[in-house]
Amino acid sequence: MSQVILPELGEGIEKAMVSFWHCKVGDQVQKDSDLVELVTDKAAFNVAADQAGVVKEILVQEGEEAKIGQVLAVIE
Amino acid sequence: MKFVDLGLIDYQKAYDLQRSAVSDVIAGGEEQVFLCEHPSVLTLGRMSDERYILAPREDLAARGIEVLSIDRGGEVTLHAPGQLVVYPILDLKKYGKDLKQYMFQLEETGIGFLKSFGIDSIRNPGKTGVWSEGAGGHKKVISIGVGVKKWVSFHGMGINVSTDLKLFSLINPCGLGAPMASVESLTGRPCGLKKAKEVLIEKIKFNFIEGKFQYNT
Repeated sequence: MSQVILPELGEGIEKAMVSFWHCKVGDQVQKDSDLVELVTDKAAFNVAADQAGVVKEILVQEGEEAKIGQVLAVIE
Repeated sequence: MKFVDLGLIDYQKAYDLQRSAVSDVIAGGEEQVFLCEHPSVLTLGRMSDERYILAPREDLAARGIEVLSIDRGGEVTLHAPGQLVVYPILDLKKYGKDLKQYMFQLEETGIGFLKSFGIDSIRNPGKTGVWSEGAGGHKKVISIGVGVKKWVSFHGMGINVSTDLKLFSLINPCGLGAPMASVESLTGRPCGLKKAKEVLIEKIKFNFIEGKFQYNT
């Protein structure tokens, strides 16, 4: 099982908004495939899967904000 | 870093070239910077509010202006001939791995570009982009919106060089209700895209290759 974490995006950036999920619960995802897109100011940042697996949970929905380090999804 | 002049190119074709270049750079290939102009098109960033498009869709369609939803940050943006668009496909791990710093560096490039044409410009805190100073008040000259995948950048900046500024009445630029300006409107002199591209390449080299910029937030 692995957790998809909102990564460090730069100095002084404490949060970002989830703007788009490339997958949904139950989807099989490949290593390095795009999982979720985050928006901060004028940048859209994609987070990729660090392992292959099935999306077990999505914890932050599109349009919601999350803090750096927060768990966004779980892959099993 | 390779500079590629795409000339006047359809938005989607340039987007496809960007995505291909992003894959190349992720795989360790040479960084690329695309320079181009687009036929008139409106693009909506993620989380954009469609109410910022002021013109009725049928009017836009009649004028052949497409509306595209795309994967960059920012609100609605207009691209049109006379606007120099730059898409840097860069490995941001080499430039601080910091989204704010990258925006700052793009703004710094834009400020240096405008200075070459005798235009004083500034950042506007909380409103990413480059704004002219002067008697006419602050006007937006350069819009910025980027995408990042595995710390490789795409999308970039739109610099109004000789853009028909009346076209901006179709939208509420960036959702800010911002008055817009161009190099030509601010200097009162014609400015060709060829010259603008040469100056921009010089400023990108200065800020990104030679690293001669100071990051002070």
